[in-house]
Amino acid sequence: MKTLFYLIRKELLQFKRNTFLPKLILAFPIVMMLILPLIANMEVKNVSVVIVDNDYSSLSRLLAEKMDASSYFTLKGTFSSYNEALSLLEESKVDAVLSIPQDWEKSLSQPHPQRVSISTNGVNSTKGSIGGQYLSSLVLQTMQASLGSQASIHNPLTVINFYNPTQDYRRFMIPALMIMVIIMLCCFLPTLNIVSEKEEGTMEQMNVTPVPRFTFIASKLIPYWIMGLLVLGEAMIIAWLVYNLSPMGSIGTIFLGALLFILTMSGFGLLISNISGNMQQAMFVMFFFVIIFILMSGLFTPVTSMPAWCQKLAYAFPPRYFIEIMRDVYLKGTHLVELWPNLLALTGFAAFFDTWAILSYRKQQ
Amino acid sequence: MTTFGSFVHKETLHILRDTRTMMIVLLMPVVLILLFSYAISTEVNNVRFAVVSPHYTSAVLEQVRHLEANPNLRFAGFIEPTEIDATLRQGKADVVLCYSADYDRISAGIEQGASMQLVADMSNPNNGTMATAVVQGAILSSQASLAAALQPDIRILYNPQMKSSFNFVPGVLGLVFMLICGMMTSVSIVREKEVGTMEILLVSPVKPLQIILAKMTPYFMISCLNLTTALLLAKYLLQLPLTGSITALIIISVLFIVLALGLGLLISVMVSKQIVAILISGMLLMIPVMMLSGMMFPIENLPHFFRELSVIIPARWYIAALRKLMIQGLPFLGVWKEMLIISVMTLGILSISLKRFNDRLA
Repeated sequence: MKTLFYLIRKELLQFKRNTFLPKLILAFPIVMMLILPLIANMEVKNVSVVIVDNDYSSLSRLLAEKMDASSYFTLKGTFSSYNEALSLLEESKVDAVLSIPQDWEKSLSQPHPQRVSISTNGVNSTKGSIGGQYLSSLVLQTMQASLGSQASIHNPLTVINFYNPTQDYRRFMIPALMIMVIIMLCCFLPTLNIVSEKEEGTMEQMNVTPVPRFTFIASKLIPYWIMGLLVLGEAMIIAWLVYNLSPMGSIGTIFLGALLFILTMSGFGLLISNISGNMQQAMFVMFFFVIIFILMSGLFTPVTSMPAWCQKLAYAFPPRYFIEIMRDVYLKGTHLVELWPNLLALTGFAAFFDTWAILSYRKQQ
Repeated sequence: MTTFGSFVHKETLHILRDTRTMMIVLLMPVVLILLFSYAISTEVNNVRFAVVSPHYTSAVLEQVRHLEANPNLRFAGFIEPTEIDATLRQGKADVVLCYSADYDRISAGIEQGASMQLVADMSNPNNGTMATAVVQGAILSSQASLAAALQPDIRILYNPQMKSSFNFVPGVLGLVFMLICGMMTSVSIVREKEVGTMEILLVSPVKPLQIILAKMTPYFMISCLNLTTALLLAKYLLQLPLTGSITALIIISVLFIVLALGLGLLISVMVSKQIVAILISGMLLMIPVMMLSGMMFPIENLPHFFRELSVIIPARWYIAALRKLMIQGLPFLGVWKEMLIISVMTLGILSISLKRFNDRLA
């Protein structure tokens, strides 16, 4: 135990002496938390639309006015030929074409009404599908407003939005972006640690001491543990100050999850560091996994949208569990007990990777 | 030429010797394209809905049965009104459909007003919006009312199955080339500096420029190999249209590879430690490609400052050109602007880095 204490002290001293690392840990979360939420925005707004108006009725004009006034759409003009509008769509100059058939308003009072058609650009599939939905509901609303006296047109459904009533995409992303910051620091720094000791030759000196494997790895893990928790705290304070976002649920749940998650990720980093011969190799292996972790864990695109086999595969990526914990606690205020499967999974991963990291460290090559 | 040839041979041996890196470099694009073409998707299917109703009348049950039959909806059970929050909070359902007590009379046309309420988990606004739209559409169609007949008809062009992979393949290519050409070249040159073997090479009668070219050649070849596998995968496995000009696709990709090599060289001239080279290429090459190139986040959604900034990110233009060629199927002339910008950038970066390289050694 005493050895462990001295080794941790050594790591902390080395860390303090380093000219770059303390600054990195202080500045990186701040910069990332200020910039990332501005960029990582998949909110659908400013959908640019052209209208092909073959009706020239008061209703079609009302529709154009409503569209111009809405913050979701930018009206890019009205055309009389569909082909002209389509060529704009083809050049990606607009996102959607709304085409109104001839005698549309008149037909609405008849048994077989004409339908408005919407064509969207599917190259950006989120914008294509959600923009189309927004347009469609705008058309329905406009029709209801002007023809509301006819009962049959009444929409039977009212919608209530829970947890994020203003539909602010940032509120959804910020808790997960904190995890991205933790992944970047708590994966890459441990990965470089042992391998750089190998390259400098100080590893050999360590190997001839009687320090047991467990103590050695623990002394490498614990400083990153402290660092990760500090980084998370820093990120949460920025989220609160800058974005006015604080967890609905308990902070204790978040930190319990973070304790387990950081242990998992830095254990994984040390494991890669142990089995790599040089920095280039360690970095590439880590890059490979980090990209997969970030893109497969539901950070940017939801896990539930993946095909069934990918959803099964996603159980193997530890960040997935912590992302769920963060979002649930932050937005929905989910309780600790309701999150037990996630916490259990993280405990399992932490035990697995840390044991493997200890076993993969060999004093004799 | 023989000197150059043997130098290329030496560099190739260096790369081949490190099997783990080699595997990653060759497998990375394949794994990324395969995984993400399936996994990266924002489409909403399997919306789970729970139902709250004061009376389980036959009209309510019939509509629930009707909704259950919809392929995009999954029934998550009847719950009590007090359980709405808990059900959504624990993620057991995406939406809760609440029937009003007079649903029967309203649906029969005896009374008027809203007969149902939909409580949606909007923590992810995009998913929430789509889930609401799916349920709304299903309910309207079940009622066969006039409102259903009035629903606009939505068509999604160019990517009718809404595969996000179509959008993602160009991004993966941009990322992989930056990683392999930019990062690997810079790290491998700086490594020779750090170990001290660069000095030995420089005192040899080989011209410095030749040494650098020889270092770049294997990475260039690996990238061309990656381009080929990626295009074959895109065409035969993912069934991307690839109807645009293939010549333009190849020319612009080769230009982009050369540009990435130039960036790697530039970084390696400026720094002398491997770890610094890794951090700089990570921050200047990888993060901009992920964040500002339009690979994940649409450029038009960026705040004004970052939108302006993205103009100088080469990958932005490369990815835009690839999307036009691979998905929309434009001809050679359709991408002239991107082609011109990438060419100018390539020339600029190559000349700056070669100049700096010569200055350092002179």
